[in-house]
Amino acid sequence: MNADNKIMKKITVNDNIIDWEKNMTIIRILKIMNYTFRMLVVKVNGELVNKANYDEFLIPVDADVKVIHLISGG
Amino acid sequence: MNKKEFFSAHDPKIIPTLQKAVIGIAGAGGLGSNIAVSLARAGIGKLIVADFDKIEPSNLNRQQFFIDQIGIPKVIALLENLNKISSFTQYHVHEIKLNEENIPFIYKDVDIMVEAFDKAEMKIMLIETWLTHFPNKPIIAASGISGWGKNKLLHTRKVDNLYICGDEKTNLQTGISPMAPRVGIVANMQANLILELILNENNQPQMNMDER
Repeated sequence: MNADNKIMKKITVNDNIIDWEKNMTIIRILKIMNYTFRMLVVKVNGELVNKANYDEFLIPVDADVKVIHLISGG
Repeated sequence: MNKKEFFSAHDPKIIPTLQKAVIGIAGAGGLGSNIAVSLARAGIGKLIVADFDKIEPSNLNRQQFFIDQIGIPKVIALLENLNKISSFTQYHVHEIKLNEENIPFIYKDVDIMVEAFDKAEMKIMLIETWLTHFPNKPIIAASGISGWGKNKLLHTRKVDNLYICGDEKTNLQTGISPMAPRVGIVANMQANLILELILNENNQPQMNMDER
């Protein structure tokens, strides 16, 4: 992949635009975004991704990723 | 008190929509007990509430229960209190620990689901179960409600049919506990959003927000 292509391919994570990477997983996105919390609900293009699939589900180009952090208290 | 008297402060146009609505509440603690009280006062037709806990002294700092109810199951005490507020809402309560298997059964008829748990693990379990079984029905969750002040940080975020109310920041930790004002605010943000979803969907042509 050349540099130009890389610049063009993006995804959105909680309204932040970041570069898409080949074989990009949820685990990789959490690392890039520096999200260290464990209690999460993750949706990719509107579809729920279960925790068991965070290192398997491949993020498509232009994906809209939402990471929701659930905090105890109620 | 008859129905007309109870609803005399309501806009008559919205009463049929409110009375038709069925709302599920998962948890009857700080969030759930406050949400249920507000929705009963609002005139929602049916509330389905589940919780397996009993009332402890520490609950009285933020939950809608009373000293003489300590030791009673929360859903039983809540039912008692709701019946003192209004008989124009049907209350279905379940003294049960909710899980992936019973949630789709207990809440199958609701229009909108409300997440009102305390523990993050349970919040995630409910949200994932709900989005898997009922992806087209809204679920309103709460995250980041502890402490005091910081009104400005409280917000509602929409992710498709999932809504999150709270600051999404404040962790429970030593020195930061859930307290009545902030828990009550977020519970009522959840209840207020329910009214918005129900009434805007059904009464859009009649609503004129500028006049209110």
